Amino acid sequence: MATLNVLVLVCLGYVVLLFGVAFAADRLAATGRSTWLRTPLVYTLSLSIYCTAWTFYGAVGYAARSGLEFVTIYLGPTLVMVSWWWGLRKLVRVGRSQRVTSIADLISSRYGKSNTLAICVTVLAVLGVTPYIALQLQSITLSFSIFAEADPSSIYNEASSVFWVSAGLAMFAILFGTRNLDANERHHGVVTAIAIEAVVKLVALLAVGIFVVWGVAGGVGPIMDRIDASEIGQWSVDRGRWTAITFLAAAAFVCLPRMFQVMVVENDDERHLRTAAWAFPLYLLLMSLFVVPIAVVGLDLMPEGSNPDLFVLTIPLALGNDWLAMLSFIGGFSSATSMVIVAAMALSTMVSNHIVMPIWLSSQGGRASVSGDVRDIVLFSRRVSIAAIMALGFFYYRLSGGGAALASIGLIAFAGIAQILPALVGGLFWRGATRTGALVGLTVGFGLWVYTLLLPGMGGALMPPEVLQNGPLGLSWLRPQALFGIDGMDPMVHSVMWSLSLNAAAFCIASLASFPSPLERLQGAQFVNVFDHSAGPRGWTGSVAQSEDLMIMTQRILGAAEAHEFFQKEAERQGGRGYLPEPTPAFLEALERELSGSVGTATAHAMIGQIVGGSSVSVEDLLAVADESAQLLEYSGQLEAKSAELTRTARKLREANEKLTQISMQKDAFLGQVSHELRTPMTSIRAFSEIMRDTEGLTAEERTRYAAIIHDESMRLTRLLDDLLDLSVLENGQVNLNMGDGTLKDVLDRAVSTALTGAERPMRVRRNRAAERIPLHTDLDRLAQVFINVISNAQKYCDAPEPSLKISVHDVGGQVVVDFIDNGSGIPPEAQSMVFEKFARVGSDKAGGAGLGLAICREIMQRLGGEVGYLSGAGGGAFRVSLPLAYKQAAQ
Amino acid sequence: MNEKRNPDAEPAVAPPPVFLERQSYRRRRLADAARLLPILGAGLFAIPLLWPAEPGEADPVTMSSAITYVFLCWAFLIVAGAAFGVAAKRMPAREAKEPESE
Amino acid sequence: MTGGPDAAWPREERARMSRKVLLIEDEPNITEAIRFLLTREGWQVETHAEGTDAVEVIVASRPDLVILDVMLPGKSGMDILRDLRELEGMSKLPVLMLTARGQLRDREMAEKAGVSRFMTKPFSNTEVLTAVRDLHAQASQG
Repeated sequence: MATLNVLVLVCLGYVVLLFGVAFAADRLAATGRSTWLRTPLVYTLSLSIYCTAWTFYGAVGYAARSGLEFVTIYLGPTLVMVSWWWGLRKLVRVGRSQRVTSIADLISSRYGKSNTLAICVTVLAVLGVTPYIALQLQSITLSFSIFAEADPSSIYNEASSVFWVSAGLAMFAILFGTRNLDANERHHGVVTAIAIEAVVKLVALLAVGIFVVWGVAGGVGPIMDRIDASEIGQWSVDRGRWTAITFLAAAAFVCLPRMFQVMVVENDDERHLRTAAWAFPLYLLLMSLFVVPIAVVGLDLMPEGSNPDLFVLTIPLALGNDWLAMLSFIGGFSSATSMVIVAAMALSTMVSNHIVMPIWLSSQGGRASVSGDVRDIVLFSRRVSIAAIMALGFFYYRLSGGGAALASIGLIAFAGIAQILPALVGGLFWRGATRTGALVGLTVGFGLWVYTLLLPGMGGALMPPEVLQNGPLGLSWLRPQALFGIDGMDPMVHSVMWSLSLNAAAFCIASLASFPSPLERLQGAQFVNVFDHSAGPRGWTGSVAQSEDLMIMTQRILGAAEAHEFFQKEAERQGGRGYLPEPTPAFLEALERELSGSVGTATAHAMIGQIVGGSSVSVEDLLAVADESAQLLEYSGQLEAKSAELTRTARKLREANEKLTQISMQKDAFLGQVSHELRTPMTSIRAFSEIMRDTEGLTAEERTRYAAIIHDESMRLTRLLDDLLDLSVLENGQVNLNMGDGTLKDVLDRAVSTALTGAERPMRVRRNRAAERIPLHTDLDRLAQVFINVISNAQKYCDAPEPSLKISVHDVGGQVVVDFIDNGSGIPPEAQSMVFEKFARVGSDKAGGAGLGLAICREIMQRLGGEVGYLSGAGGGAFRVSLPLAYKQAAQ
Repeated sequence: MNEKRNPDAEPAVAPPPVFLERQSYRRRRLADAARLLPILGAGLFAIPLLWPAEPGEADPVTMSSAITYVFLCWAFLIVAGAAFGVAAKRMPAREAKEPESE
Repeated sequence: MTGGPDAAWPREERARMSRKVLLIEDEPNITEAIRFLLTREGWQVETHAEGTDAVEVIVASRPDLVILDVMLPGKSGMDILRDLRELEGMSKLPVLMLTARGQLRDREMAEKAGVSRFMTKPFSNTEVLTAVRDLHAQASQG
C-alpha cells in the first residue's frame, strides 16, 4: 500500500526531476546546443498544457455525467489545429514578426498599441484564469486526499498542502519563467519540462485506460458492450451544447493566455506548426480515447455516490494496483502543475507589462528608461505578479471552498476568455477593425458573460435568486439566463450565444463607425498582410541584435551615411571592438539626442525605450513609424532642396544679371570707344574744312597742309570702319576662309614689304629664309594680314635707336611657330594681357589705328586653327604666331 | 530534365514550363485542400447533431457506434492533416531557405 | 549765342587783354585746328598732350582758360578737372571740356566735376570760339 509519505516523496522527486530538466534545458539553450529542444515534437507536447487536471480527471467525470459531450472540449482544438494553414499560421507569424509577448500584447499592438485594451484583456484573463488555477489546486489536493483516505496512518492537512503546492508552483514559475528577459520571451527550460509532463500525463492516462479495457473489461468488444449497457449507453447530447462547447473550446484554445504563450510566444519555428497540426490532434485523441471506458467501468465498479472526477485515480486504487494509481496521480499532478506554471507565467507577463510597468513608469515621470536599468524592474514585477496570481488562485480556492461550483468553472472560464475572439480574429483578418470596435466589443462581451454566466454560476451570494428568476427590477426580459425572453436554453449555450454574437456585432458596428489612428492603420496593415510584410522566421540574438535594430532604425531616420558614421564613432569611443557599439546607457543617451533632432524628443525617447526595454512594441513597428518619419523628413528635405534650388536660381539670376550688366557695360564701353574713334578724325576733318571754308587769306601752303590733314583723317576713318567690319565678321564667324597653298617664306616676304612700305625709317628685319621654306595650306591673305599687323606694330612702337626685328621660325610640338622679336623695350607686363583687347593701345602714340589690329589678329588666328600671343621675357617686343602643323601635312 | 522526372507528362511534346506550372498548380490545390479540411471536419463533427438524442426518440444511436464514428472521423482528420503536412514539407517551401539557428 | 563777326573786335582791345588759353589735347590735328582758330582771335595758345601731369602744367602756366579733352593718355580729363577744382584759386578757372564720347553720362559727370562748358566733338569752329569768348567774359566780369 502506497502511503501518503511515499506519495509525497514521489511528488518531490518528480518535481526535482522537473527542476533538473528545466535547468539543464536552460543551460543547453544558453550554450546554443539546444537544437533538439526545438523539435516539432517538443512544440507539440508543449501544446498539451491545454489538457489540465480538469481534463485529466474531469473528462472522465464529464463523460460519466454527460456521455460523449466531453469530447467537444477536444474537437474544438482539433479543428483549430487542422485549419492551421489560414489561422494559426497567421497568428504565429504575426506574433513572431511583431515580437508579441502575450495575447493582451497582441490585441494592444494590433489596435495601435492601446494600453487600455491591453489592460482590458489582462483583467479578463486574470478573471478567467484565476478560478482555473484554483481548480488545479483543488484537483491536486483532492488527489492527495484520496491517498490520505486510503492511508489511515497519515496526518493530512488539506489547507497546508494546498498552500505548499501553490508556493512550490509559484517558485518553479518564478525560477524558470523569469530567468531572463529575452526580447522573444522564450523559456526553454519551462517548455522542456512541460513537454516531459505532457508525456507523463499521456502515459498515465493511457496506462489506466489500457488497464481498464484489457485488464478489467477484457478487450475492445466486451468494453463496447459494457458501454452500451451502461447508463450513458445511448447518444443523448444536447445539440446546442455540442455545438457551443466545440466552438468555445476552439476559441479558448486560441485565446487562453497559456495557450498563446506556448503556441505563439514560445514558438521557435513556424514550420513546427505543420507537424503539430496533426500531432496535437493525435495527442488529444489519445487523451480522450479511454475516457468513456474508464467512466463506464468506474460507474460499474465504484460505489454509488463516489466522485466520478477521480475515477482515474480511484479505479486502480480500488483494484489494488497501487503503482498504476501512483502513475495516475503523477499524471494528474503533471497536468495541474504544467498548466499552473505556464498560466502564471503568461498572466504575469501581461500584468507586469500592461499594468505594473505603465504605473511604475508614470510614477517615475519618464526618468526611468533614461537613467536606470528597467530590465531588473520588469523581472521583479513579473516575479511579484506570479506570486500574486498564485496567491489569488489560492485564496479563490480557499474562499470558494472547493465545492461543485468550482467544477463548472472550467467552461465558464472558457466562455470568458472566448470574448477576446472577435477582436483577435477581426484584428488578424480585417483591416477595418479599430481600437474603439475592439474596446466596445470586449466590454459588451465581458459584461454579458459576467451577467449571464459568471454571476449566476457563482451561486446566490453574488446574484440574488429573484434576479435570476424575474430579472433585475422585475424586468423579465433581462433575466440573466433568458435574455430578451428567449427561455428554455441551456445557460451555457445561452450565454455564449448572446455574449459572443453581441460582442462581435458591437465590435463590427463600432469599428465601422469609428476612425482608426494612423498607428492603428499601420498596425492593421501589418497584421492583416503579415505574409506580405514579414520575411518569415528570423533570428534575434541578444544585445548585438539590439544594436543592429537600433542601427536599422537610426538609418531610417538619419539616413544611412550619418547613421553609420554615428555608430562607428560611438563604437570607437567604446573601445572599438566591432562595428556596432554596445547598447550602453551612454550610447543610448547619445543616440536619443541624435534622433531627437530628427523626430522630436518624445518620439526618440519612446522609440529607443521600446527597442531596448524589450517591451510590447516590435522593431518592425518602429521601423514602420521610422518610415513615416523618413517620409516626413524626405518631404521637408524636398522643401529644403527646393529652397536651395531657389537660392541657386536666384544666384544664377544674379549672375546672369551681373553678366548682362557687364555685357551692357562692355557694350557701352565699346560703343563709347567706337564713338570716340569715329568722332576724333571727324573733329579734325570738320575743323579744318570749316577753317578752309571760313578763313580768308590762307596761304597755299596752309591750304595744302590742311587738305592733307583732312585726307589723312578720312583715311583713318575708313581704316577704322574697315577694321570694325572685319572684326565683326570674324567675331560672328561669318568669315570665308580662302584656303590656298604657299610657303611661309612667300607670306612673310609679302608682309614685310607691305608693313614697311612708306615708313620713314624702316626697321631692319633679320630672317632665316632657309627655315621659312615650309609649305602651308591656309588662308594666305589672312595670315599675311596678321604678319603685317604684327610687323607694323613693331615698326610703330619699337623705341630702340636702331630698330630691328628678328623673325624666326621653329617647329614646336607639331606646330609652326613664327616669332617676331624687336630690340625695343617691349610692352610693360601689366599691359601684356591687354594688347589683344579691342581698342587697347599702349602708350600715347596716336600713330596707329583704333587699336583693333591685334584683336583682329587674334580672331584670324583662331579661325585658322592657331594662335597669336605675346612672348614675355624675349628681350623686347615679341609676338609669337603659331599655326598647327596639320595644315602643313595636309598640304603635303 | 524535367520531362524525365515526370512520366505523366505528354511524351517529349510537353515543354518544361508546363511541368513547372503543373507543380505549382498542385501546390495551390494542396493548399486549397488544407483550407477545406477544417470545414470538412466541422461538417463531420456536426453530423451527430442529426442523430436522435432525446430519450423518447425512436431508434437511438448506441454509445459504442457514436464513439466509433467520432473517433474514426477524428483519426481521418489527423491522417489527412499529416498527409498534407508531409506534402507541404516536400514542396519547395520558400521558408526552407531561412537559417535554422536563432 | 554768337556775338558779332570776328572783325568786330578791335585789334587794340584784343592786344590789351592778356589772354592765354591752355589746350590739353592728345590729337595733334585737333590741337592744330584749335590753335589756328584761337591764335587768329588773339589768344596766346599753349598746348599739352599728356594727362598725367596736366594739373601741374595748368597750375604752372596760369592760363585764363583751359580747353580740356576727356580721353587723355595717363589721366582722364574728368580726373584732371576734379583734382584741379580741389586746388586753391582754381575753382573759378573757366574750363571748356571737349569729348568725343558724346554720351549723356559724360556730360553729367563733367558737370559734377565742375566744368564750365561741355562740348562734344566734332564741334563747329564758331561754337568753340563763342564758348571761349563767353567764358572769358564771364570770368573777367566776375
